[in-house]
Amino acid sequence: MTIAEKILSAKSGNSTVRPGEIVEAYPDLVMSHTATWRSVSVMKRIGATKLYDPERLAIVLDHISPAKTEKYAADQQTSRNFAREHGVRKFYDVDAGIAHLVLMEAGHIAPGDLIVGTDSHCTIYGSLGALGTGIGYTEVTSVWLTGKLWMKVPETFKITLDGRFGHGVFSKDLMLYLIGKLGADGCGYKSVEFYGSAIPELSVSERMTMANLAMEMGVKCVFVPPDEKTAEYLRGRLADRPYHPVYADAGAVYEREIEVELSELQPMVACPHEVENTKPIGEVAGTHIDQAFLGSCANAKYEDLAIAAKILKGRHVHPGVRLIITPGSKKIMLEAMNSGVLQTLLEAGGMVTNPGCGACAGDGGMLADGEVCLSTANRNFLGRLGSNKSSIYLSSPATLAASAIQGAIADPREFE
Amino acid sequence: MESVIQGKIYKFGHNINSDIIIPGRYLIYIDQERLGQHAFEMLGEGFPGKLRGFDILVAGRNFGCGSAREQAATAIQGLGIKAVVACSFARTFYRNAINDGLPIVECPELYDAAAEGDEIRIDLAGGKIQKAANEYSFPQMPESVRRILELGGLAEYLKAQLAR
Repeated sequence: MTIAEKILSAKSGNSTVRPGEIVEAYPDLVMSHTATWRSVSVMKRIGATKLYDPERLAIVLDHISPAKTEKYAADQQTSRNFAREHGVRKFYDVDAGIAHLVLMEAGHIAPGDLIVGTDSHCTIYGSLGALGTGIGYTEVTSVWLTGKLWMKVPETFKITLDGRFGHGVFSKDLMLYLIGKLGADGCGYKSVEFYGSAIPELSVSERMTMANLAMEMGVKCVFVPPDEKTAEYLRGRLADRPYHPVYADAGAVYEREIEVELSELQPMVACPHEVENTKPIGEVAGTHIDQAFLGSCANAKYEDLAIAAKILKGRHVHPGVRLIITPGSKKIMLEAMNSGVLQTLLEAGGMVTNPGCGACAGDGGMLADGEVCLSTANRNFLGRLGSNKSSIYLSSPATLAASAIQGAIADPREFE
Repeated sequence: MESVIQGKIYKFGHNINSDIIIPGRYLIYIDQERLGQHAFEMLGEGFPGKLRGFDILVAGRNFGCGSAREQAATAIQGLGIKAVVACSFARTFYRNAINDGLPIVECPELYDAAAEGDEIRIDLAGGKIQKAANEYSFPQMPESVRRILELGGLAEYLKAQLAR
């Protein structure tokens, strides 16, 4: 069996499952973010009061945090009260950061786990070998109450990565390359497993970016099989909790196999208004930008901020560019503060906001008609940052830093 | 939920994402009416007003991709749309539509044959779509999943379960 097949069979109490089969699975964790109040409203509407198991809930208030209007404040109050009344211990308030990063940092995600949540980018948990996938808020209520949900067992694609990234090329570039090659539904309904000689070299942070961006090619879930780097990341985080990494069998069946030689890749940019609309940096270099957003669950981890800071150190952001930095979590922000990364970013002309989803969720950093933003986020959809006459390009943190200096999309390989 | 849905179609292309269907700034609402007022407004050009009078959306591949926001399905219902037929759906939209009681059908053949304004008749139980003299078949949902849709969505389904 593949990893997805093994996890879904374990969580549904079956000894074996096959692609296409529908199972009733019991997730280890159901995550809800700012959408939590909506799930609470469904619970009230149907008159339910008892949760299946409060220990399986995690709530993180990350979008539009702190509240920017009275309505958001009231909705956050509903979520907060719900967590308190039901004894939800994995509750993180508006100061914590982006749900996915906060939950992994806190040790709530372990290899082999099944996690569902109100966010499409739950796929990111695959960076630690867990099956994460998004669902809507009513379905979250259902899992709160019953502990289970129906899931279709997906077919699996195998992507093998060999070689090493060249200078200025990162896993964001790899994913933009893959999304461009396979398309927005290139892995629709599929599970993806990453293998190859390049994997041991990739940091957990780079793997998180891979598993996060994989959503943009339509995956149901994605896996980087756990290794020593995973164990190192988990050490000290999982406390006494035992975990059981899940690996595919030698005879696992893959519907499609794709190979990528990392050394052949170059920095990539996704152009408006779809993520699959990717181009090598050379074809878009020189495109004027008004704003640069270094944030989101895709690329606002400590490593991402440090990569940008390395390029920005001793240089200055172009006077025509607003560089907005939104650290992914409070822990990341503290680390960046202690190491001097935040100071470098500020001195170079950036502005730093509180941790969370920030502009990616429509909170600050909106664009006017005709404006262009280069972003390290995972989506460049029409109007996602305000005006439907504005444009969003996506890149790695390195390309973003180089471009912020230049005032136009720039190749990070030209900046040491 | 009615088993036969009939009406005039509006046709979209491929990869219509859920940010287009309902922008993030309106996720403070969960009711059909207010969400419907803003559905597809990012497209400009008279949306969503120009969708009034249409009964069924027909779309290409990967309809509803992107954000897992359930309100994408709710907003479409708020427009008075009774069903969506697409070549394929993004999985989060597929689940959300079922959970919101919005009938969805995967039928690439109809997409190829249909034009805006065509009248079609969807027989959900029979797995068939009629357009003029032509008939197109589509695969049925698993029985257990169809039951959620038939009860009008997951909240109603849960309510029925709790009442037992």
